[in-house]
Amino acid sequence: MEYSNLRRQAAYMKKSLFDQGYLDEQFYQLEELQDDVSPNFVEEVVTLFFRDSARLISNIEQALDKCPQEFSKLNAFVHQLKGSTSSIGASRLKNECTRFRDYCDEENLEGCLKSFQKLKREHAVLRQKLESYFQLLRQVGPVEKATRPSM
Amino acid sequence: MANPSASTRTEAFPVGLRVLVVDDDPTWLKILEKMLRKCSYEVTTCGLARDALEMLRERKDHFDIVISDVNMPDMDGFKLLEHVGLEMDLPVIMMSIDGETSRVMKGVQHGACDYLLKPVRMKELRNIWQHVYRKKMHEVKEIEGHYINENIQIMKNGSDDFEDRHLFSGADINYVRKRKDGDNQEHSDQEFSDPATVKKARVIWSVDLHQKFVNAVNQIGFDKVGPKKILDLMNVPGLTRENVASHLQKYRLYLRRLQKQNEGGTFSGNMHSDFSCEDVTGNFDMHSSTQMQQNGASSKYTFTAQKIQAQEMFSDARADDFKSISSLQVTGSKQALVCDIPDSQKVISVSRLGVLLPSKDMMLGAGKKSLEPAISRQQSWSGGIPVMQFMQYPKHDHERCSLLEDYSCLPKPDQEHQVLYHLDTPPSVISLTCNTENDMSGLSEFKPVHTNHRSSHTKTASPLSCMTDTLSVQVDSGSSNTQDYGVAFE
Repeated sequence: MEYSNLRRQAAYMKKSLFDQGYLDEQFYQLEELQDDVSPNFVEEVVTLFFRDSARLISNIEQALDKCPQEFSKLNAFVHQLKGSTSSIGASRLKNECTRFRDYCDEENLEGCLKSFQKLKREHAVLRQKLESYFQLLRQVGPVEKATRPSM
Repeated sequence: MANPSASTRTEAFPVGLRVLVVDDDPTWLKILEKMLRKCSYEVTTCGLARDALEMLRERKDHFDIVISDVNMPDMDGFKLLEHVGLEMDLPVIMMSIDGETSRVMKGVQHGACDYLLKPVRMKELRNIWQHVYRKKMHEVKEIEGHYINENIQIMKNGSDDFEDRHLFSGADINYVRKRKDGDNQEHSDQEFSDPATVKKARVIWSVDLHQKFVNAVNQIGFDKVGPKKILDLMNVPGLTRENVASHLQKYRLYLRRLQKQNEGGTFSGNMHSDFSCEDVTGNFDMHSSTQMQQNGASSKYTFTAQKIQAQEMFSDARADDFKSISSLQVTGSKQALVCDIPDSQKVISVSRLGVLLPSKDMMLGAGKKSLEPAISRQQSWSGGIPVMQFMQYPKHDHERCSLLEDYSCLPKPDQEHQVLYHLDTPPSVISLTCNTENDMSGLSEFKPVHTNHRSSHTKTASPLSCMTDTLSVQVDSGSSNTQDYGVAFE
């Protein structure tokens, strides 16, 4: 069936996101929270995350432009971002934040800049992957509901 | 986000536990709200610590527990923690992605009843009710002690015969205990269905009460002080040794922190370390001012201030000015304080003042430049000014944030917690009415400052009278000055 294929595709997509370390356990937790009251909970949270993290990233970008560099301030921004990444289980992104903070602690501006570039890339990649994932889910979604026994 | 009162809660505890979640991260806020709802709790979310405090102050009995993130841009989570613990005495759980032992330790030091690491799990949230329960148990014990002591006192006072007194005391204790047990049963049940009941029975350390306490402490001598001595000297019916003991403990902690703070040195120099670790002083002061500035009606401080007629004299607009002024005054009057206050208190006062300046959270409209003239002007004022200023924090002006920016160049204690809620510092001194023992000690510190200007004695006078005096002074000569200040900060 078309739908089961889509569902399988979605499942495979999710699995690879986990296998490749883009997502971790926290993402499962979000899925567990999704219910009848909030049927699109995961997607809503992820959307919220990307909106807010984009803001945090631009804060970091602005902070990086400052001269002389205020590493502690930069560190604080990255810490904020890191906390945010933990909300959806964005594992790779979180790790990059940790590396960034290490560079901040060392006051290594070059390291910070390099790390930041990686961070932005990871952010963009994850966003794209999750967007595709949810797009797929949306195609699968309505079917699932229809096949569920009525309450 | 409505919170029905406790009495409408019909299901068994902990269902319907009223939780206030504070987190600047919108994603986490959404997730936590969902998680807590799944635990069948009543959730209220807040993205700003300031808003959370305001909410808590306005609806004191509407929440059972607070969960807050440690890193928030508008206020250090630890400060919020202290405020809540002191003012509302609600259990507070801290959260952070940072699980470093030092941070966790700091959380516990500041009074957190738990410290959760992000990502937070459902099972951790399901258990938070135990903190509410535990607190209720403690409160019951306190009240128990209160009843017993009260009866003993009555018995003792009533009997002339020493032996009889002992007999009565002994017998009465048993009687009271028995009766208490019976009462307790009801009480315990009541607690869970209506936590408000328990809260009402607690001792509220009003300005007067705290003043009596401080007077007693000073009379006895801080080094020789003990709860029993203080209790006797205070001679307040119904007050128990336990009440005094716990109050004394908080007072001591507060003073110790003040001293450490002062040892830190100058404003800019050591504020860093002092604030990141010992910003308790700031905290205490914080919430009073917050109270003042945010909630005139419900805050006891404001009420006191009103009683002292300050309200009539100072409009909100002025209050804003005063807000700015107070921070400045603190800075400026630091020098004045140094001259006038007796050593130990001097040190403490100064350190408290020191807390004010680098606060990014000052929400003062004054630009950095305007600070200068204000400061110099301040020094010509009597010490009472700070008091008055502190009391004039009815409004919280979000627009006047320029000061924050101006101060951004000052070395900051801890970038992550750079928002030191300094505004509160001055008022906290005055905010004795709230369960802020720390603030009270602050007030006692301030008294000498004020009274010194008015009289030669160094003994601390009652804050109210002191304030009244200062206020009246201000009132008389102040109007024009306030105008000046207003101008300075526009």
